[in-house]
Amino acid sequence: MDRIPILRMGEFLLVTIQVDMHDQLAVSLQDDLTAKIVKTGAKGVLIDISALEMVDSFIGRMIANISSMSSVLDAHTVVVGMQPAVAITLVELGLSLRGVTTALSVDRGMHLLRRAMGGEEAADVRGQE
Amino acid sequence: MFVAKSETLPVRTEQDIVVVRQTVRKLAQKASFSLVDQTKIVTAASELARNTVVHGGGGSMQWEVIQDGGRTGLRLTFEDQGPGISNLEFAMMDGWTTGAGLGMGLSGSKRLVNEFEIFSEPNKGTRVTIARWK
Amino acid sequence: MAIVQSQIADILKKYEDDLVAEWVRELKASGSGKESRISETELFAQAKEFISLLQKAAQGDGQNTNGPEWRAITNFLSEVSKSRVMQGFASDETATFIFSFKKPLFARLRTEFGHDADALADETWLTTELLDKMGLLTVRAFQRAREEVINRQQEELLELSTPVVKLWSGILALPMIGTLDSARTQIVMESLLQSIVETGSETAIIDITGVPTVDTLVAQHLLKTVTAIRLMGADCIISGVRPQIAQTIVHLGVDLQGVTTKATLADALAIALKRSGFVITRDAVAKRS
Repeated sequence: MDRIPILRMGEFLLVTIQVDMHDQLAVSLQDDLTAKIVKTGAKGVLIDISALEMVDSFIGRMIANISSMSSVLDAHTVVVGMQPAVAITLVELGLSLRGVTTALSVDRGMHLLRRAMGGEEAADVRGQE
Repeated sequence: MFVAKSETLPVRTEQDIVVVRQTVRKLAQKASFSLVDQTKIVTAASELARNTVVHGGGGSMQWEVIQDGGRTGLRLTFEDQGPGISNLEFAMMDGWTTGAGLGMGLSGSKRLVNEFEIFSEPNKGTRVTIARWK
Repeated sequence: MAIVQSQIADILKKYEDDLVAEWVRELKASGSGKESRISETELFAQAKEFISLLQKAAQGDGQNTNGPEWRAITNFLSEVSKSRVMQGFASDETATFIFSFKKPLFARLRTEFGHDADALADETWLTTELLDKMGLLTVRAFQRAREEVINRQQEELLELSTPVVKLWSGILALPMIGTLDSARTQIVMESLLQSIVETGSETAIIDITGVPTVDTLVAQHLLKTVTAIRLMGADCIISGVRPQIAQTIVHLGVDLQGVTTKATLADALAIALKRSGFVITRDAVAKRS
């Protein structure tokens, strides 16, 4: 069965969703991602949905779940590139995905992740003094 | 008003839900719906198709391209012979969910379309008809 | 009845040229070609086409104008109505196109059936019924064409009245003017979101100074827009919040969900710049002069 590839970029994991996902594929992504976070000790996850032309409640919940799960595993998640039509539809559907950090582009997303991770390191250092 | 074209698709597996999305997307594009309107009806169709598969035990979707005095519309009817919904009013409320935290998406879908009709009774199955006009 | 029907077709054929000429004369007399919105040549062409199509259609079932033989002529009348709308005619002027045909046609009926009162009465009734249907058809087609024009103009007006403005690199502003209804909000939302993507702007300021009232519905629309902007990864500030609006929002119990609101666009811009990391300094020399 095909699975969505998860790329590793330094301390980040990058997922680019380009296909029209059937439910099982979405569930597999959740499993694969959480497993990989643990395996690699990644501190940041970037999910690129700029190619997704539709996000329904199932996929929306999956995104929210991934964000929560990775948070429990001490990693930050940023979802980037939501298309305007998708955003409008999600809002109308009643999903606001509160708690999920979003960014306009991969660049901005990386920036946010680095800032989030950098902030923690600084805090750790201060804590040790 | 009359029906210009029509076809029925099976909605029994997860893969069928994907087919529903792709079919509805193509139909909406052909009817020259705006991108936002296309996305809305494809999303509504995805929600209802999933309900049919997950809660209705599988069923079918009939699509119809409809015309009324010069405007074109797309009408979709999802039908299953599943357990039906015992409390429709409750199900149509925002935030009502069933089972493993999976929302029925009915109230949400209703907001995405121009016309929405639902018939459902315990043990008599469910039929949801939605329509969106250009 | 069938015998009477085919006679209309024959009459039309027999007197075609005269009918066209007299009809156009009637039309001009009633003022159709007066302001030269439509040329005599065009009137002639339309009259001729109508008679020829009517003749063909009348050879079939004259009672049922929904039948296939009547499609050509109904389409023709729709087109004529549409062009009348474009040329600025009123709906009654358009129906007159059909009704002024009665006089010349009835004159011919009298010629043909003058000797037989019953036949003349029957034929006149059938003909008048037919032409009345045609007349009503043109009016309906006229109205529909007119509505299409109005709808299109409304859309264009909506787009024009909600321009998205770039205030600074990464900061967009959307001054809303007038009432915020559902249709307006949709268009506004779409164009703002599209601009955000195209310019990669992270902050959008929605200024509601020009919005007269904010009720629950308007507040909902605004909130939807804000939520959509956030979902995309940008941020939103609402400016132009007058004291009355602030009171309304509190009284209605609207949850702004942490959206920053500012009384003026200037304040909103200041915040947006700060959030984006811009610092504005004033040159001491310039200040003095």
